[in-house]
Amino acid sequence: MWTWFYKLASPPYVYGVAAALMPWFLGFAAIAIGYGLIGGLVFAPPDYQQGDAFRIIYVHVPSAWMSEFVYTTMAVAGAIALIWRIKVGFAVAGASAPIGASFTLLALVTGSMWGKPMWGTYWAWDPRLTSELILLFLYVGVMSLRSAFEDPARGDRAAALLAIVGAVNIPIIHYSVVWWNSLHQAATVAKLGKPSIEGSMLWPLLSMFVGFMLFHGAVLCLRLQGEVLNRERQSAWVREAINS
Amino acid sequence: MATAPDGLAVEQVHVWRGDRHVLQGVSIDVHPRELVHISGPNGSGKTTLLRVISGLLRPEQGSVRWQGQSIVRSRTQYQAALAYAAHEPALKGDLTALENMRFAVGLKRRTSASELQAALDRTGAGGCADLPARVLSAGQRRRVSLARVLAMRASVWLLDEPYANLDAAGSAVVSQMLQDHVRDGGLALVVAHRDLSLDCAVRRLELKP
Amino acid sequence: MSVGAWEAFFLVILREMRLSFRRPEQLLQPLVFFLIVTTLFPLGLNLQLSLLRDMAPGVLWVAALLSSLLSLDSLFKGDADDGTLEQLTLSGQSLTVIVAAKTVAHWLVTGIALVVVSPVVGTALGIPTSAFATMMLSLALGTLTLSWLGAIGAGLTIGVRRGNVLLSLIVLPLAMPLLIFGAGATDRAMSGTSVAGALYFLAALCVFTCTLAPFAATAALRITVE
Repeated sequence: MWTWFYKLASPPYVYGVAAALMPWFLGFAAIAIGYGLIGGLVFAPPDYQQGDAFRIIYVHVPSAWMSEFVYTTMAVAGAIALIWRIKVGFAVAGASAPIGASFTLLALVTGSMWGKPMWGTYWAWDPRLTSELILLFLYVGVMSLRSAFEDPARGDRAAALLAIVGAVNIPIIHYSVVWWNSLHQAATVAKLGKPSIEGSMLWPLLSMFVGFMLFHGAVLCLRLQGEVLNRERQSAWVREAINS
Repeated sequence: MATAPDGLAVEQVHVWRGDRHVLQGVSIDVHPRELVHISGPNGSGKTTLLRVISGLLRPEQGSVRWQGQSIVRSRTQYQAALAYAAHEPALKGDLTALENMRFAVGLKRRTSASELQAALDRTGAGGCADLPARVLSAGQRRRVSLARVLAMRASVWLLDEPYANLDAAGSAVVSQMLQDHVRDGGLALVVAHRDLSLDCAVRRLELKP
Repeated sequence: MSVGAWEAFFLVILREMRLSFRRPEQLLQPLVFFLIVTTLFPLGLNLQLSLLRDMAPGVLWVAALLSSLLSLDSLFKGDADDGTLEQLTLSGQSLTVIVAAKTVAHWLVTGIALVVVSPVVGTALGIPTSAFATMMLSLALGTLTLSWLGAIGAGLTIGVRRGNVLLSLIVLPLAMPLLIFGAGATDRAMSGTSVAGALYFLAALCVFTCTLAPFAATAALRITVE
């Protein structure tokens, strides 16, 4: 069973699979996001309180979910790579970090755009947005640590460990931010996310989520190919792959 | 069943530094009462090899075994039997020579101040015992670090350039130390640029760049 | 004749203490930094004592976090630079024991000092004496937890140029729960509401970190040193 596992994790195999899967992910992502956007922006009725401003959730909520999902992927890939010394795990973690940071940034920007009409200001220290901001700091830390070492192998392992430590901390950070918010802010302010939602609003949202997931898959495959090629640039199969 | 192998066995050790292949399959067996002189031009991986054998550096391929067991597996026992002196003397400038000895040797075995002082006397650094290491000369620091090796009473010595910064008297002390160690059943791997002229058998391991 | 783990632990603590007290100015610098930062806030804001009092717990805690972070950078770096870290690694003792001893020693020297001078700063910021006990307890728990988080960060940034900036970058986000609950506890003590919840959470965080961080910091050291 283990030989099968290691074969699955061998760089040429991963490179091939990533190359083969990429177009499929991209195609289905286009369909799901297309349906979600049309359904969400055109057909869903405006919210009775928030009007059309609520429509930003079709981008904001999926990207907020993705930001945490990608962080988890990164930490798990790093843990696998550290524990079983499977180098492709480092490539996955390295490819994931910028994607996750982009989703986090997208969630932050869309969140504060929503905040302007709702709170009258772009930033009101909403607990979800604050957690999201700290998550962005964690991503930046992991990426800076990876690039700080002259020996890339060392940078990979250090970044993987930091990602794991961060993953353990994320629930604690989230809980403490919620506690802090309940202490300092009256509960009357509208909070982002988790509205009770009607079907015609919900289906496009789920479709957007699936679409974002597939899009992430496509970008991950693309970046993973680059990472694997760069890491394996000394080996024979890379020269063959490039020359063919 | 054959008797358990004693001594160190280095098997097919490969180390890369980035894209540079520093150690290309180095193998050597060292038994008690043997002394190996590791030589080679700068950049040939002498220090790297010593760090691999000490366990500080994990090779990408190959293994180091001590008494038949991988040194990763038997880390504690191996380290208890090991004295490693790096090229830099590894002294804390703010601690006296004796305190430096005490905190380094004290983690390996219980010692007394008089025993540490005796080791310092033997390498000719007895007068520096109560001086902070930062005021010592390079040669005196070398002597303190050699005294630390002595006081550890280890059976495996890994010495990186033990003759560096030493005058004629100091070099004689190192040679005497090595001879006594080998005669008493220890083994040693020594990185040195000069020829070792010792009264015991010296094997030579020449590394190519 | 071998040396037990506890014996090694106390020997390393003794070594660290002796090294710190040989350089008293390095002991005082984080404390002075703590005082200076807390002086900056009243100077930068308008001097209304009521306003200042509202901000006091936050100011105190931010300054405490920053100043203990300042000294964490050198936790392993000095030993790595002069080669003594290699000697410690090869000492035959578990590296986790050595890391734990160094971290606890760091807290004994810097964390306790912060706790001791905090009433002075608290008085200057208008924190009532009734809140001092909570403030000092929360600071003690918080700085110990931070020393552990910092040990992970210091281990990860040993071989890095300008590692102290990177250290702050990776440790501060992880330390935000400490700030929230630490300042929260002090805040509640000042307003006379129950502080138990925040203190319990700080204590839980401290125990949790003390349990897991030694292994994480050891792993970090092995990554950067090996």
